Amino acid sequence: MDLNYSQEELAFRDEVRGWLKANLPADLRDKIANYEELTREDLLRWHKILAKQGWVAPSWPKEWGGTGWSVVQRYLFEEECGYAGTPPLIPFGLSMCGPVLLRFGSEEQKKRFLPRIYSGEDFWCQGYSEPGSGSDLASLKTKAVRNGEHYVVNGQKIWTTLGHYADWIFCLVRTDSGAAKRQEGISFLLIDMKTPGISVRPLILMDGGHEVNEVFFDEVKVPVANLLHKEGEGWTVAKYLLGHERMNTGRIGGSKRELAKLKEFAAQQKKDGGTLMDDPRFRDRLSRLEVELMALEITNLRFLDRMRRTGQPPGADVSMLKIKGTEIQQGLTELMMQAVGPLAQPFKALSEDAGFDEFTAAIAPRYCNYRKTTIYAGSNEIQRNIIAKMTLGL
Amino acid sequence: MNFDYNEEQQLLADSVRRFIQKDYEFEARRKIVASPEGSSESVWGTFAQMGLTGIPFSPDYGGFGGGAIDLLSVMEAFGEGLVVEPFLATVGLGGQLVARAGSDAQKKAILPAVVEGKLKLAFAHTEKGARYDLAHVNTTAKKSGSGWTLDGEKLVVLGAPAAAKLVVSAKTPAGLSLYLVEAKAVKLKPYRTLDEMRAADVVLTNAPGELLGAQGKALPVIEAVVDFATALICAEAVGAMKFSCDTTLEYLKTRKQFGVPIGTFQALQHRIVDMYVAYEQAKSMAFLACSQADSSTDANERMRAISAAKIKIADNARLVSQEAIQLHGGMGMSEELKVSHSFRRLTMIAQQFGDADHHLERFARSG
Repeated sequence: MDLNYSQEELAFRDEVRGWLKANLPADLRDKIANYEELTREDLLRWHKILAKQGWVAPSWPKEWGGTGWSVVQRYLFEEECGYAGTPPLIPFGLSMCGPVLLRFGSEEQKKRFLPRIYSGEDFWCQGYSEPGSGSDLASLKTKAVRNGEHYVVNGQKIWTTLGHYADWIFCLVRTDSGAAKRQEGISFLLIDMKTPGISVRPLILMDGGHEVNEVFFDEVKVPVANLLHKEGEGWTVAKYLLGHERMNTGRIGGSKRELAKLKEFAAQQKKDGGTLMDDPRFRDRLSRLEVELMALEITNLRFLDRMRRTGQPPGADVSMLKIKGTEIQQGLTELMMQAVGPLAQPFKALSEDAGFDEFTAAIAPRYCNYRKTTIYAGSNEIQRNIIAKMTLGL
Repeated sequence: MNFDYNEEQQLLADSVRRFIQKDYEFEARRKIVASPEGSSESVWGTFAQMGLTGIPFSPDYGGFGGGAIDLLSVMEAFGEGLVVEPFLATVGLGGQLVARAGSDAQKKAILPAVVEGKLKLAFAHTEKGARYDLAHVNTTAKKSGSGWTLDGEKLVVLGAPAAAKLVVSAKTPAGLSLYLVEAKAVKLKPYRTLDEMRAADVVLTNAPGELLGAQGKALPVIEAVVDFATALICAEAVGAMKFSCDTTLEYLKTRKQFGVPIGTFQALQHRIVDMYVAYEQAKSMAFLACSQADSSTDANERMRAISAAKIKIADNARLVSQEAIQLHGGMGMSEELKVSHSFRRLTMIAQQFGDADHHLERFARSG
């Protein structure tokens, strides 16, 4: 029993930490630290820096540019990125489309798409949710009808994250409405966003930010060559993806960084002749979050250790990392907002001499934005269903 | 990084589990609790034979030279079985104080007997008004010839009714000190605790004592040993939580209402999932507590880690124990079900050696 990383793992962590320090551009680091919205160019710039270093797709096989790192090294890398405050690597290409291409794609599809995902030439987004299909994904209605060498797609996707930046979208579509089970008759299509008939409409969230969209398909012609896996077996692909790469959903590194920032920030807030950190009511809420995060980090390491020892993919119980990780993230944004007190209210300046700084003004919107975390990627209630069914046998 | 027990630890964990399943099942335990002594000599003898009483003591005194990490699986098994024998009082508290503060002669006189299962100890420390303040001691020790005499009153001395010797804290002009006192030299007011162990209030009147360790230097030793014992009850809590979760899951699968097992109801499924998540988080912190109790050379770092663990254990012990009763419905209230007994133990562990509020304060101070 040993809770510490090995010497080799520590050396690896230090190497990553040092490299990030030297290579994360200061303007990007500041944007993240100040809670500013990132542009497509910001995201791609960081993607390309990592691609050049050979670290952009660690979990891919080496022949396609993977690093050959162990599960622990992969975890350390992602957590170090979170802790350093790098821009996120957008997962839709690298850790969603890439892995399913590797598992189900034809050689031709792999050669066509993987190098462009790796290099950042193609920006991908995900077409899963529909207005009537959220947690109940298998009820999706977007239709694809085979017509010669094309599928003709009609329907609508929603909550399409960064769809307005994307070159490509991978979609679950219904190719057979008469199938006996709803999960049958679904196919996985790769669709060029420039195809005529696709339109993207922004969905502005309550924080005022534009990150998600509605995507409409009106008689969109998709070449049959863009079908991934077999027609009618898209659900198999979707399920594979659900079980993939779920070791970092706790986002420990990012939360550690936010916690440190919150402590520093709270210690600067004056209150009753002292600072907010002297207020036991505030401090205890902060401590409880910190303790929950300490526990989650060890729980996460226990999962990694189990994976390493058994060589098995993570079980359904890793859902708890998502549940706890997102609860902690939300808790941190809530305390950060509370730390600003009445100054949480100013939102958008109406004149140039408005007397508030951008950082303070970004704190409450960020609290609003983070309400998404317990809803997206399988709501926390769905995660509980998964544990109840798969782990507890209920 | 490795969360596996080594071979020795695994063998030990397995044999303790087997013993508890076979010879310490709920009915056997009930008889022990109802007996006049409230603990079983034969069970104690088995623990000694298995080597459990020797784990955290030096081989110089017949022990195995282990630490809290080596006791982790034992304490988890004790938590699952709700073992009432005074293991914590003897091995975790009294024995540790002797091992850390005692002279070689004192250790030779006491520790081999503890390891062999022939001697039980207790730590008489808490006083009226002290709550969890380890420095709050009004009992006094005065020089008397070549020895000392002690006067004062101690509360809730765990394991005192079974102990032949007590380690007693007392004030001298030089500060807080520790003494070995024969149990027969004090007046005991014994009772059963809510979690079905035996304890006593202890009255010392001109009681002869033998100085243990340096006069006036006891506080850091007491803090370290109470942290060690805290790590042990964190592990014990994990076992009691595991039992609570498992037995509740079993109940959800078998209890039928409205024609179906109640575990088919989502309102209950999500609650038991939260119980299991709380158990896993608690387990992670018990690992941390036991590892820091052993390896930390910095008292501040140790206190911070142990307090963090105890905050989590206290919060999650409440959650798991309360939900286990709620999900059992009326049956959970009955003394006939073991789950109402794990409830009582978890309730007491949550505030033994400091409740969450106490440890939140210490955690913040050591940050």
